Amino acid sequence: MVENKLKREIPAKYAEQYGVYDGEFAHIDSYQAATKTIKPIKPNDSKLLGSIHEAIVKTGLKDGMTISFHHHFREGDFVMNMVLDEIAKMGIKNLSIAPSSIANVHAPLIDHIKNGVVTNITSSGLRDKVGAAISSGIMANPVVIRSHGGRARAIASGDIHIDVAFLGAPSSDEYGNINGTKGKATCGSLGYAMVDAKYADQVVAITDSLMPYPNTPISIPQTDVDYVVQVDAIGDPDGIAKGATRFTKNPKELLIAEYAAKVITASSYFKNGFSFQTGSGGAALAVSRFLRQTMIDEDVKASFALGGITNAMVEMQKEGLVDKLIDVQDFDHPSAISLAENADHYEIDANMYASPLSKGAVINQLDIAILSALEVDTDFNVNVITGSDGVLRGASGGHSDTSAACKLSMVIAPVVRGRIPTIVDAVTTVVTPGSSVDVVVTELGIAINPARQDLVDMFKGLKVPQLTIDELKDKAYAITGVPEKIEYGDQTVALIEYRDGSLIDVVKNV
Amino acid sequence: MERLRRTMMFVPGANPAMLRDAILYGADSVMFDLEDAVSLKEKDTARVLVYSALKTFDYSSVETVVRVNALDAGGKQDIEAMVLGGINVIRLPKTETAQDIIDVDAVITAVEAKYDIPAGTTHMMAAIESAEGVLNAREIAKASDRMIGIALGAEDYVTSQKTRRYPDGAELSFARNYILHSARAAGIAAIDTVYSDVDNEEGLRHETELIKQLGFDGKSVINPRQIPVINGIYAPTIKEVQKAQEVMAGIREAEAKGSGVIAVNGQMVDKPIVERAERVLALAKATNMEVD
Amino acid sequence: MQTAKTVTVGTMESSDIMITLKPNASGITIDLDSNVKKQFGAHITALMTEVLQKLGINDIAVEAVDKGALDCTIKARTIAAAYRLQGKTDYDWEALNSWNV
Repeated sequence: MVENKLKREIPAKYAEQYGVYDGEFAHIDSYQAATKTIKPIKPNDSKLLGSIHEAIVKTGLKDGMTISFHHHFREGDFVMNMVLDEIAKMGIKNLSIAPSSIANVHAPLIDHIKNGVVTNITSSGLRDKVGAAISSGIMANPVVIRSHGGRARAIASGDIHIDVAFLGAPSSDEYGNINGTKGKATCGSLGYAMVDAKYADQVVAITDSLMPYPNTPISIPQTDVDYVVQVDAIGDPDGIAKGATRFTKNPKELLIAEYAAKVITASSYFKNGFSFQTGSGGAALAVSRFLRQTMIDEDVKASFALGGITNAMVEMQKEGLVDKLIDVQDFDHPSAISLAENADHYEIDANMYASPLSKGAVINQLDIAILSALEVDTDFNVNVITGSDGVLRGASGGHSDTSAACKLSMVIAPVVRGRIPTIVDAVTTVVTPGSSVDVVVTELGIAINPARQDLVDMFKGLKVPQLTIDELKDKAYAITGVPEKIEYGDQTVALIEYRDGSLIDVVKNV
Repeated sequence: MERLRRTMMFVPGANPAMLRDAILYGADSVMFDLEDAVSLKEKDTARVLVYSALKTFDYSSVETVVRVNALDAGGKQDIEAMVLGGINVIRLPKTETAQDIIDVDAVITAVEAKYDIPAGTTHMMAAIESAEGVLNAREIAKASDRMIGIALGAEDYVTSQKTRRYPDGAELSFARNYILHSARAAGIAAIDTVYSDVDNEEGLRHETELIKQLGFDGKSVINPRQIPVINGIYAPTIKEVQKAQEVMAGIREAEAKGSGVIAVNGQMVDKPIVERAERVLALAKATNMEVD
Repeated sequence: MQTAKTVTVGTMESSDIMITLKPNASGITIDLDSNVKKQFGAHITALMTEVLQKLGINDIAVEAVDKGALDCTIKARTIAAAYRLQGKTDYDWEALNSWNV
């Protein structure tokens, strides 16, 4: 066992292989970018294939290779299941998969793991059924959890070498010019897929909307694409926007959002030209609504809004409150439409969004980020990957990236959910180190990270209750009682990479 | 100083999550409902749930009120459980006559005696929801020393008047004014009815401005989202606060001089102005305004 | 006290617990389904057992579906279930109030 800087125990063999977390910027070093093998296309060659089966044959996919997918279709994705089903039928085994994330809809993956088709996984997250199965120990090798920026880094540096990327394309021409704003299942930005296309040896575009050549705008260019396959349907548009975009009427979420908005607008960062990222989910969207009102009242305009884009941000841009939208992913249909129609709504890839080893990610220019949490501990460490029962069920996302890089990172969460305390002595799993987290916002008030004395001074007159993080934890435990410790097995089921590739924590089977 | 009762928030007695979260939203009073919000077959479970919540959660930052059932419909058990739980105020719904209050008072008195709780600890208020109740409001308000307020329950009232709610509130004009007069004559609070269209903030705003102008202490609310709207309307203006502070400074000056005459900017200030200044400052404080 | 009745109280709402009491030949058995079973299962079971015993119920099969209820809710729901089982509507508030559960 090796103890990392946050006193989390990392099994020696993984510590040796990955290195252990030693501070937010401890492992930011020069490196040689990864290269790829290119099979050139000659004039008169056709890229169009008749089926996924044919594409798998053509790419020469074989046992032990690494394939990737993107998660822009979120809960509406058909592509990963279709491709894995076909691969399984063809008898190919022992694959590594590197989807940018895994959703509930990917539950069939469990069988492919059990049958030996998939033996390694790296992903941002694992949802309910797949997460529970992985936690129970169905894989011999641990899943590697990477943040969005960390995944881009891993691909660009060669830690993940993708042999074949199977990329769902909302629209493509026969020569592989792809965008996410046209077609039957529009998802808007293809920011996560763009990195795969750039670095994978071979790229298969899978589309249900074949367009005349040349299909513009071009998010992924023909020069990165080997094959194009047309299928009946790549995704369910309703699933793409699932759960992300409803304005909450929950009074507790509204209260948290109101407090968060007060923190933002009372900060010195809130001035003309500021920038923000809110993410999706009820409370986060409510923050943007409260923020919008204060921006109008005080005549403050933002230079850009970043990240997963929602209709709330699109509306603010239409109202002239936000100059530009910088978009790595869209959470709803109106955002996808806006990306197509609005020149100031700009698509970026995950490398530019959040990679710690790029020549400067957009998050480095970001003022304020609103982030969620399953748990926050008294050292301000945040868990967004496991439930308090120790079971994998969340996603790393851009949490550790954004919070490390932006000027004011705010974690919003209720003090308790049902009987589960959110503010705890020690988080079940660390995804984001406490040194990255500046303010925790709850329905009972806020806790400022004492490491940010400047913020403590800045918010002295703030009309929001202020507590220490220990006081918040005590209040949580007073409501729920102190939970019993979870009993884990000896098997490591997931490695939690920090964005720089070192291990910040591991998850054991349960 | 009299307690502020700008907002009295209904909390269904059978809902554990809402019992837990009731104090979060800034209501001056929280009213647990054992009556209409609880189905007939859940009366027993809701009663013990609210009792258990009273014994567990720290409600000290709010005034706790419970809407009990009629005495012949479980009200006696409601009162025993709630008084034991340490409730501040028993609210009797559908009050028709002073005798209704006297009967409830007797039950409370017996419970207090049984458990060695100092007599008079538990307060009462009456909800008036019929023509008969309105006409008896004056006697109801004075029917017990426990009484701290009377409230208008408009939904039943307008039905009994063969009308419905209208945006301008003309149908409630007499009831509101008579209840308000009865409350003031008895020296107790007057609480206006709920505004049930939760999504209509403009309508709530309009109605609250009206009842504030009349002189009501506040309103009953059915959703936490209504609370900031009402508190906002009850918040005094900065000018009002400054004036009130001048009055209080005048009092301190008079006391220092040993003078019985209070003067602000050379003008004499009498008792009503002092009382109004005190209320303005209390409201200002409650709405988080800067007050010395 | 022996009874052939089955009673159910509570709801499946978040933060509530639904408790069903069924006849049992001997002893208290508790079948708990809870999203916090790992963290609070033993505590919840002990609490329900204590409440039932205090109300003189020693032979009963309990089925509980917990949606994250807090102790005060579990206690209240168990009390209500026990009284209903015994067919009593007048609670002994004096006794309940003397507990320190």
